Amino acid sequence: MSALKTDQRVPEDENMTGDSPTSPPPSNRSGNEALREMSNPHRGRAIKDLIARIAMWVSFFVAMVPLAWILWTVVSKGIHLLLSATWWTGNQRNINSSDVGGGARHAIEGTLMMAGVTALIAVPIGILTAVYLVEYGRGGLARAISFMVDILSGVPSIVAALFIYAVWVTTFGLDRSGFAAALALVLLMIPVIVRSTEEMLKLVPNELREAAYALGVPKWVTIVKIVLRTAFSGIVTGVLLGLARIMGETAPLLILAPYTKNFQHDLFNGNFPTLPMMINQDRGDFALASAAARMWGTALTLILLVLLLNIIGRVIAHFGSVKK
Amino acid sequence: MSTVTGVSATDDPPGPDGRTPLRGVSASTGRLGDRLFGGAATVSGVIVIATVTLIAVFLIVQAVPALRDNQASFFTSREWAPGGDTPRFGIVEFLWTTVAASTMAMIIAVPFGVAVALFLTQYAPLWMRGPAAALVDLLAAVPSIVYGLWGLITFAPFFKPIQGWLENTLGWIPLFSPTGISGGTILFIGLVLSIMVLPIVTALSREVFAQTPLAHKEGALALGATRWEMIRTAVLPFGRPGVISAAMLALGRALGETIAVTFLVSSLPDGAAWTWSLFNGGETFASKIANNAAEFSNPNKTGAYIAAGLVLFVLTFIVNSIARIVIERRKAFTE
Amino acid sequence: MAKRIDVSDLNVYYGAFKAVEGVSMTVEPRSVTAFIGPSGCGKSTFLRTLNRMHEVIPGGRVEGKVMLDDQDLYAPSMDPVMVRRTIGMVFQRPNPFPTMSIYDNVAAGLRLNGVRNKKTLDGIVEQSLKGANLWNEVKDRLSKPGAGLSGGQQQRLCIARAIAVQPQVLLMDEPCSALDPISTLAIEDLINELKSDYTIVIVTHNMQQAARVSDRTAFFNLKATGEPGRLIEIDETTKIFNNPNEQSTEDYISGRFG
Repeated sequence: MSALKTDQRVPEDENMTGDSPTSPPPSNRSGNEALREMSNPHRGRAIKDLIARIAMWVSFFVAMVPLAWILWTVVSKGIHLLLSATWWTGNQRNINSSDVGGGARHAIEGTLMMAGVTALIAVPIGILTAVYLVEYGRGGLARAISFMVDILSGVPSIVAALFIYAVWVTTFGLDRSGFAAALALVLLMIPVIVRSTEEMLKLVPNELREAAYALGVPKWVTIVKIVLRTAFSGIVTGVLLGLARIMGETAPLLILAPYTKNFQHDLFNGNFPTLPMMINQDRGDFALASAAARMWGTALTLILLVLLLNIIGRVIAHFGSVKK
Repeated sequence: MSTVTGVSATDDPPGPDGRTPLRGVSASTGRLGDRLFGGAATVSGVIVIATVTLIAVFLIVQAVPALRDNQASFFTSREWAPGGDTPRFGIVEFLWTTVAASTMAMIIAVPFGVAVALFLTQYAPLWMRGPAAALVDLLAAVPSIVYGLWGLITFAPFFKPIQGWLENTLGWIPLFSPTGISGGTILFIGLVLSIMVLPIVTALSREVFAQTPLAHKEGALALGATRWEMIRTAVLPFGRPGVISAAMLALGRALGETIAVTFLVSSLPDGAAWTWSLFNGGETFASKIANNAAEFSNPNKTGAYIAAGLVLFVLTFIVNSIARIVIERRKAFTE
Repeated sequence: MAKRIDVSDLNVYYGAFKAVEGVSMTVEPRSVTAFIGPSGCGKSTFLRTLNRMHEVIPGGRVEGKVMLDDQDLYAPSMDPVMVRRTIGMVFQRPNPFPTMSIYDNVAAGLRLNGVRNKKTLDGIVEQSLKGANLWNEVKDRLSKPGAGLSGGQQQRLCIARAIAVQPQVLLMDEPCSALDPISTLAIEDLINELKSDYTIVIVTHNMQQAARVSDRTAFFNLKATGEPGRLIEIDETTKIFNNPNEQSTEDYISGRFG
């Protein structure tokens, strides 16, 4: 009777606890025998363990190959453009795919501006929705909101863009513009903010709310001054990660915000420059060295921008987290 | 001293001990503030509900006229000629390409992603975990257009001979039959999508695996389990709902991915023969819409693309709903 | 300054569950009343109804009457926020606001209610910290985080925070259960001093503590799990501990002591 065989002892789906009901009682055989079997695991078990270990290491390195390859390609092919001052000061006016030169400042500014406007709309709605879900909501409305946030987080960016197109252009007859694209990005950013803020608010101990209530502090003051204040760094991190996510979104720009090679700070009229659209601009001519270099340079700029936001977010999360 | 009279504390005379009583404009009970703030929170939530409802309503309302004029079967036709007096369009080809490429991406990315997450939480040496996790998180944040760019310029030429070899070797299987298309095949797009969503699966799975209660793990190890057995009995069951939701999130991304696919896809000529082959080209919903954004000239044409977008919306809606149901079920079991 | 609390025939519910049944008692001003009893007997639940903190928990509601002198705490016109400003509470685990300094913690109740005057705040903070026997230990580091203090100091900080809003009554829900014996002693000394100014109600699991600090003691019990808790008797502490009227009180007390 070899009761200690892996498969019988620990069925795959059993959530292991100290006294798993499926483990056979050891009483009907000598303790010595059991000990011997344990200290010398069944060979199959040891081999399985070894295979798993090797598989994990191999998976890791196999998975890292394309990812490292991508980063390396972008950096090595894009860096030289970024080292020239013009890249950070100029735009692409009158520069064709086959031309070298020009800068990306117009697109950097455009991307930042659009992200800023998006955040201005999405952040208050997102945070207040999270506040409702954690601090006020119960019952049907809260469940409905939570469900809708889930749905919204699954809406593909192209569908969000089509929706804004259907409202903005088809229904109201307005022109495509940077602001229309920002509205589509708002739809994509809200669920990110709601979910991350919700997580952070749930982490705030209930005791702090009670302490404030017991001091005769009204609920809304408690939420604003105690709960949101305590969760502040986490919320900021969530906002920055959400921003990083929407800055690289291209589909809404493709549908709603045609690219321009010039400086443009008007979100409501005319074409609008952004980094993803600057990459897209040269797509058809990627065989030209000048166009490919510009695409890599722009991609690297975009990655650096996203990376910068990520790092700031993590630094805030690290140093701003409440020490116990 | 303040008394329990319901009046503002500002009305109170100074206390007998000479301490200044509560004073200040907002030393009220905050009922008005509560109503305003709670109201604002509620309104925000309602905005979210309204938005999602409006998305569905607007897409449907604008798709219906085009669908009514459609002379072909929307779900089974392979034609796409939405303009003119007798528009004919159907989505079956986009549906196949989208689902096939996304499924392929999942088949590759989920096992790899879970394995990498297990590696990072259970196997990797300690010095490696932090930097490697940070790298994965960074890659999860890299915009998809970068993956598209890399796929187009760097990976496609590299993959071409491999694809040719596969075609020659596996061509006798219908799924891999040669089609003469060498660039952006469904297989190639699926592969790039898998590389794109891998960091997402890894980052989310890693987070849940890392939260496995130490007691569960020690419980398993104390019973003499090997590390792999400990993972199967403690880490995987604990992390399963998280892995499922990570996979579903990744699937949603793959289904709706626009720009990377648009960069890579080989669109088919009109009247190309139908084939189940993964070596075929063909547009996905998202790439078809994106590639024709400039064509949104008349309402009927736009309506056809919106109808296609609507199908994509429903598709991702179903995927998300399944994920939610699965997670709720698991929760009911484990709590 | 201190006020009397009169409770008559109070039932407490959480949703459909009746947690406490038929409690009537009087809490005397300028004295310490201790609530004792086995776990789950409803003494903490009942305590929370004295400043309407039970309403924070979804489904919490009461039937019956609680009077603070001549004020009905559950009158329809009564705002729970005002009730809590008048009847302060100290919790089981010290819960200073983690984002705030020691000074800000004590000033929190005033500031969050709109007091901005720096001089007023300085005065009240000093007075409250002195009142909580904490001033000498922290006066040189008022701007340091409150969470950096020891557990006992944190609890005294929470008491200072509670008395800074100048309440009439101070409710304490097992204030020493998370503290070591020396910190416990410091809190007990403090309670002794505070009772000259405040009406104090303390829930405790520690019967020696009840005997040491309280003037009157109330014993709560429940028949069985799932049944509502009841007040068995309330009397002078010496009477409860030496010669209680009820057999179950004697059993409980002697069981613990023996």
